[in-house]
Amino acid sequence: MIGLLLCLPAALILAAGFVWPVLLLGRISFNRTNDMGAMEQAWTLETYARIVTDDFTWDLALNTITLSAGAAAAAVALALPVTLLIRSAPPRWRGLLALMAVAPLLVSGTARVVGWMAILGDQGMINAVLTGLGITSDPVRLINNLTGVRIGLTESLMPYCCLVLIAGMSRLDSRLEEAAATLGATRSRTFLRVTLPLAAPALAAAFALAFVLGVSAFITPRLMGGGRVFVVATEIFDLALETVDWPAASALAMLLLGTLIVAMVLRGVLSGRGAAR
Amino acid sequence: MKPGWFLRFAAICGYALLLAPAVLVFVISFSAGDFLNFPPPGFSLRWYAALIDNGQLMTALRNSALLALAVASIALVVGMPAAYAIARLEFPGRGALAGFLVAPLLLPTLVLGLALLLALQPARLAATWPGLMLAHAMVAVPFAVRIMTTAFGGVPKDLEEAAWTLGATRFQAALRVTLPLAAPGAIAAGALCFLVSFDETVISLFLVGPRLSTLPVEMFRYAESRTDPLVAALAMTLIGVALAVVLLVERLVGFTRAVGRN
Repeated sequence: MIGLLLCLPAALILAAGFVWPVLLLGRISFNRTNDMGAMEQAWTLETYARIVTDDFTWDLALNTITLSAGAAAAAVALALPVTLLIRSAPPRWRGLLALMAVAPLLVSGTARVVGWMAILGDQGMINAVLTGLGITSDPVRLINNLTGVRIGLTESLMPYCCLVLIAGMSRLDSRLEEAAATLGATRSRTFLRVTLPLAAPALAAAFALAFVLGVSAFITPRLMGGGRVFVVATEIFDLALETVDWPAASALAMLLLGTLIVAMVLRGVLSGRGAAR
Repeated sequence: MKPGWFLRFAAICGYALLLAPAVLVFVISFSAGDFLNFPPPGFSLRWYAALIDNGQLMTALRNSALLALAVASIALVVGMPAAYAIARLEFPGRGALAGFLVAPLLLPTLVLGLALLLALQPARLAATWPGLMLAHAMVAVPFAVRIMTTAFGGVPKDLEEAAWTLGATRFQAALRVTLPLAAPGAIAAGALCFLVSFDETVISLFLVGPRLSTLPVEMFRYAESRTDPLVAALAMTLIGVALAVVLLVERLVGFTRAVGRN
């Protein structure tokens, strides 16, 4: 009983700041917005119907899913060589290399976006090099559009992928790769036939985590898209604070949560089946 | 197996992407120019001077630091007893509680921020200290509970039992034996909670107002509307605080050891 008592303060704070607000979010999603734009208490599916029948919602959903799937795939593809390098490095370098891979987690997302502005902007580093070499005369637009969001999102998801891959691949037996090499396999053949299959579960886990984080990412799409890239997260934010249509913001947030839960369950089922085989 | 040239090249590309933004922020923050252009036309400290002269941003910095201190204290005060119970005591619903106390981390901060806005605005708690403290506690308490559970779990139970045999009450033994031995974990947990609150942007964006704002929110708004190197100097300030906290903890207890035990 003393155990429950010791957990009580923490549980009460979470009840006030987590359980109650989330319940309220669910409740408000069933309210209606009248013609004046004010919220009316109700138990109705009107708001959900309004969102689901709006073509804009489906554009947003498609944008969000393709954007985060692409960024997650790119992040995993780049995190894999980083992880393999860390794994093959001499032990005294491993700690530093791993720290460098996850260090961006300590830097706030907005700060990293500022760095990208200096790299990708019209007068940024890349355009300075391109015009300096005479490859282009006009600056290439790399930010404040979808390209910028793709680059920024990939970078922001990479540290998470590195974390998952470092943890997942540290358990792989590197002697298997050495054995393949001894038996005459080339480097690329060893990678394709031994390393990649062994790393597959970790790669899938990294992709799933990056995808889920990408779908709900807000700072990078808003800042690197320059207000011109619309995803579900930016729409929820605008509905809540610009339009002040709380029922619509809540319903869209509930749909986002539902999608994420379905995605996680689906992944659980798929990986469970993979393990059983 | 030694890495081939292709793997090395791909890994360098990966590291370049990971580290380029922070490096560029560092360089541009010392720019003498008026824009976020590269290479900078010259180097100066003018944007750091402009930052110190900017009353609004300095107030936000003070707010963020105070808020982070308060949030870290709250998280430790409520998180430590809970972590002790989860690590040491047997009671019904222990597993469920352990899961519940880290559950807010599973929710996207965007959804959590919206939910907190809906709950705090009608209660007139949005853009107030109690409101922001409660909101930030939702992301700090789970970290405190998780790290402290590991820290308490790492202290041998025999020591506490020996204290009982020597006549200490259970409370005395927990307070005088286990807690001091778990202190490195508590320092690491406090530092992490401080940083989580100090860097928190998305939840704060829903809850701040003209009366009360935080540094990450001000930086977000600045980056949204303007592109001069002041925002880079601001970003460096945030990075500097994060680095200082990590180094301080490293000096005190060894961050990697304190956090890396789980």
